[in-house]
Amino acid sequence: MHQALDAVNEFLRPWLRRAFAVCVAWPICLVVLGMNIRHRTRLPLKGPAIVTPNHNSHLDTAAMLTIFPISVIPKVRPVAAADYFLTSGLMAWFSLNFVGIIPIMRKRPRVEGGLTGVDADPLQGCYDALERGEILIIFPEGTRGEPERMQELKSGVAVLASKFPQVPVVPIFMHGLGKAMPKGSFIPVPFFVDVNIGTPMRWESDSAGGDKKAFMAELGSRMKILSEKYERPDYD
Amino acid sequence: MSNEAGPVRKTLDASQQAIKKTIEVVPRKVNEAIPKPHFPEAVGYAFLGAYLILMFATALVWVRKRIYPERDYSELKLRIKTWWIIVVLTTFALGFNTYFSIFCLAFLSFLAFKEYLSLVPTRRADHRVLLWAYLAIPIQYLLVGAEWYGVFIIFIPVYWFLFMPMRMVLVGETKGFLAAVGTLQWGLMTCVFSLSHMAYLLVLPATGNPNGGGVALLFYLVFLTQFNDVAQYVWGKRFGRVKVTPSVSPNKTIEGLVGGVMTTTLLALAMAPWLTPMGHVQALAVGVLIGFGGFIGDVTISAIKRDLGLKDSGSLLPGHGGILDRIDSLTFTAPVFFHVIYFLYY
Repeated sequence: MHQALDAVNEFLRPWLRRAFAVCVAWPICLVVLGMNIRHRTRLPLKGPAIVTPNHNSHLDTAAMLTIFPISVIPKVRPVAAADYFLTSGLMAWFSLNFVGIIPIMRKRPRVEGGLTGVDADPLQGCYDALERGEILIIFPEGTRGEPERMQELKSGVAVLASKFPQVPVVPIFMHGLGKAMPKGSFIPVPFFVDVNIGTPMRWESDSAGGDKKAFMAELGSRMKILSEKYERPDYD
Repeated sequence: MSNEAGPVRKTLDASQQAIKKTIEVVPRKVNEAIPKPHFPEAVGYAFLGAYLILMFATALVWVRKRIYPERDYSELKLRIKTWWIIVVLTTFALGFNTYFSIFCLAFLSFLAFKEYLSLVPTRRADHRVLLWAYLAIPIQYLLVGAEWYGVFIIFIPVYWFLFMPMRMVLVGETKGFLAAVGTLQWGLMTCVFSLSHMAYLLVLPATGNPNGGGVALLFYLVFLTQFNDVAQYVWGKRFGRVKVTPSVSPNKTIEGLVGGVMTTTLLALAMAPWLTPMGHVQALAVGVLIGFGGFIGDVTISAIKRDLGLKDSGSLLPGHGGILDRIDSLTFTAPVFFHVIYFLYY
């Protein structure tokens, strides 16, 4: 019975994901907001690939699901915190089937039943996805934080890149989504938002010979460069 | 009116009557229904004219590219392509019925106001206040649909003007208060209040000319304003020498301005009998008003962009820039044209 249900779910999930993109992400991002996308051709349309946008708002995921063409949406997987999105049943069902998140534990979980208490790798879900040829969306800042301010990047992307040295890592800078719906608010205020897509990085050429810190520094500086066009004055 | 109201009031009335008489005004008709059909035949021909102009422009660029293959026409081609999209969308927006047209114009206001707010500095504390500012758009256009002129004309300049600062005070952030409340009201006035005059033209009944109300007046205004933009650009490009506003918009020249206004005025004169109740004198005056008004609207938005250090207001219309770059002139010509028409005929 369970297996049958899983099979139905497997069959339905790509369609639920497309439906979510068309019926929720598109109206919000294209009608309520509005997007100026630069360098759209740099977006990887085939997996395995990793895209790393900055994170200011829940709308960021919707924006990502809007810039990818509808045909690849089932392969586009936002990586999200299990301790936030899997806490309630309804939220978990919605996040997994409609948004298509790959849940990861932000704190290292203990393997259940593991006698010696060996730590499970929190990124295991990401490895599996890359092996299936999916496109991961990872917000390297880890959390939304202060609206429209970049934070220090977490090193998870470097860990993934080092395990998959040929996989392209595409930095993306988005401006305006934190203004439209910052942390703590739930009604988006209409603003045009900017999405600037960078050139892909690879572990082999951009890690200074296998240094995770150097790789993350390079990623950070590329995102900074992408952001420079969008520095605008504000009254506060 | 009692005799005590005084001779001043009486002379005013008399002189107003005199003005109206000398410019051969058709007598006022009250409480006439919205003209049926919504889309008169004359407007159909007018649209046909617009399509012919576009076809001509497309063909011209194609021919010139053949003659001068080394020149770069990609920017011009992109512009014309976007013009095609604009004209087709406009046909669609105006072709069905008055209420659908009003809805489309409300959406245009929404796009313009959104673009404006995305350009200007806003305060994070005003997050909720901005939502209230957006609420003015549906209310303003509902007032148009309800043909409630008395409230339509004061809702944003009076009531929302008083309500917005009150709502901001409730937020309690005083740093940058004046700048924030000022920019917000200016945006509402240009992007919502001014542009909504286009929509109010739609609910004006036909007077004097069976074709001359509603959508015909709107077409007349929008076509002439956009034509004026192009005419000023072409004249300026061909004969431009002396800059008009060197510090704001260095591409604008006296020659472009005068040539454009003259061309627009001639066209205004030619189109008036088909689409409006106006006679020659009024059409001449309206042509000049649209010509200069369009110019002023254009350079005003340019001044804002220059203040903020931007070239274009957005990227919604490839080859043109943003939506504000395209309708900047209309923010001035729409209210001016509307009030001339309203004063003379309604």
